[in-house]
Amino acid sequence: MKVEFKHIQAAHCENGVATNLLQHAGVHQMTEPLAFGIGAGIFFIHIPYLKISNGPAISFRSMPGTIFKRTCKALDISVERKTFRSKEKAQQFLDECLQNGQPAGCQVGVYYLPYFPVEYRFHFNAHNLVVYGKENDTYLVSDPIMETATTISAADLEKARFTKGALAPNGQIYFPKEHKQVSDEQLKKAIKKGIKHAAWFMAETPVPIIGTNGIKYVAKKIKQWPGEVGERRARTNLAQLVRMQEEIGTGGAGFRFVYAAFLQQAYRYLPNETLLEVSKEFTAIGDMWRNSAVQAAGIYKGRLSGQKEFDTMGNYLLEIAEKEQIAFRELLKIKW
Amino acid sequence: MKKDEIPQDPSPLDKFTKEVCYAVNEKGEYETALSRGWQVKADALGITWEEVQQNIESARQKVKKGEASPVLYYMELNMMDLATLSAYTGFWQWTIKRHLNPHIFKKLSNKRLNKYAEVFNISTDELIRFSPPIKVDASPFR
Repeated sequence: MKVEFKHIQAAHCENGVATNLLQHAGVHQMTEPLAFGIGAGIFFIHIPYLKISNGPAISFRSMPGTIFKRTCKALDISVERKTFRSKEKAQQFLDECLQNGQPAGCQVGVYYLPYFPVEYRFHFNAHNLVVYGKENDTYLVSDPIMETATTISAADLEKARFTKGALAPNGQIYFPKEHKQVSDEQLKKAIKKGIKHAAWFMAETPVPIIGTNGIKYVAKKIKQWPGEVGERRARTNLAQLVRMQEEIGTGGAGFRFVYAAFLQQAYRYLPNETLLEVSKEFTAIGDMWRNSAVQAAGIYKGRLSGQKEFDTMGNYLLEIAEKEQIAFRELLKIKW
Repeated sequence: MKKDEIPQDPSPLDKFTKEVCYAVNEKGEYETALSRGWQVKADALGITWEEVQQNIESARQKVKKGEASPVLYYMELNMMDLATLSAYTGFWQWTIKRHLNPHIFKKLSNKRLNKYAEVFNISTDELIRFSPPIKVDASPFR
């Protein structure tokens, strides 16, 4: 069985899945930037003391599934979402969906994903893809980071859906329950909501580890790393930061560019000049993220060393956080 | 980032896909384009892998010297930390920490050894005998 499904490649897996599923459900206006903006996918958190593969716990994205959830909620589309304890039931449910012509979003771990090259297979459990068909014992898969649709054996998919550890997918499956047209009015409302949500979380949360405050917090931490954990460890910490920041569709610069694209698209629905100005601002901020990654690379490749270079890196992030806070506050100030 | 500034460096990404980037065209409008990869990212990935290899090698040495049990080696080989291994085996983290001690490892029940072997995707015999190749590539079982 096979459902007619259009595969669109995306910069970030969850945006891609949300866009593809919603387009399939009749929301023809949906694009990756819109899904990212309405779903308020831009985020930052640093959890002190927690270690992930011996490095700092930093995330540039919200919990897996939230972009899809928020976008659907803002557009008033009801969502089916299930997790499973039993692997058999998980597969059975997926097969039933496909039989009913319903492509399904699945959360998977990348460690057992056979079409990923070994270099990218870490114990990372928050990847998303769409399963849209099954032929014998092989599933047809639309993985948003791939250029074309691909396939995976039933056994491998089961493994990937039941990886363990942090953010374990537990076979999570999700899709829009209804086929629905969305009016431009609804979309406008959803865009405003998404902007407010993201801007508040990034600029105004009173918690020092979330949003732009969180970035400042990490910036200060980076300056202390060489003294605290030694320069070798500090270097690998930076490499980890850059992987979180720039690796396939997650993070720093990439997200800023998608957000800037979102603001441009939002302008088409809500012609407010501030949106375009802030969009430009985010393009500049994205470039700053890229520069910070280059600085970090200089350090972890050993071209740059010494406390001074870590200070420069920290200052980059402080400057970014400051600019971002201003940009998000501009967005919050808009009188719609 | 402008569209013509999108990096096109050779990277491990080459082996399976190109990645979508958002960048502005001459008119300042956002478009998407594909990127082959970026050296900065490839380096970050490389460093992380070096770290993985070093951990595996130092674990191998420790097991050889009798300072740690094979569980440590295979944990590193599978790039797991205590939390991940605990989630896969169902053992508590402090239990696993005890099993890293070679003396306690020797007394482990077959049931527990089998569980470790299953998670590490090797035979129980391999786990106990512990004779990995000197130079290993991370996760050769793939």
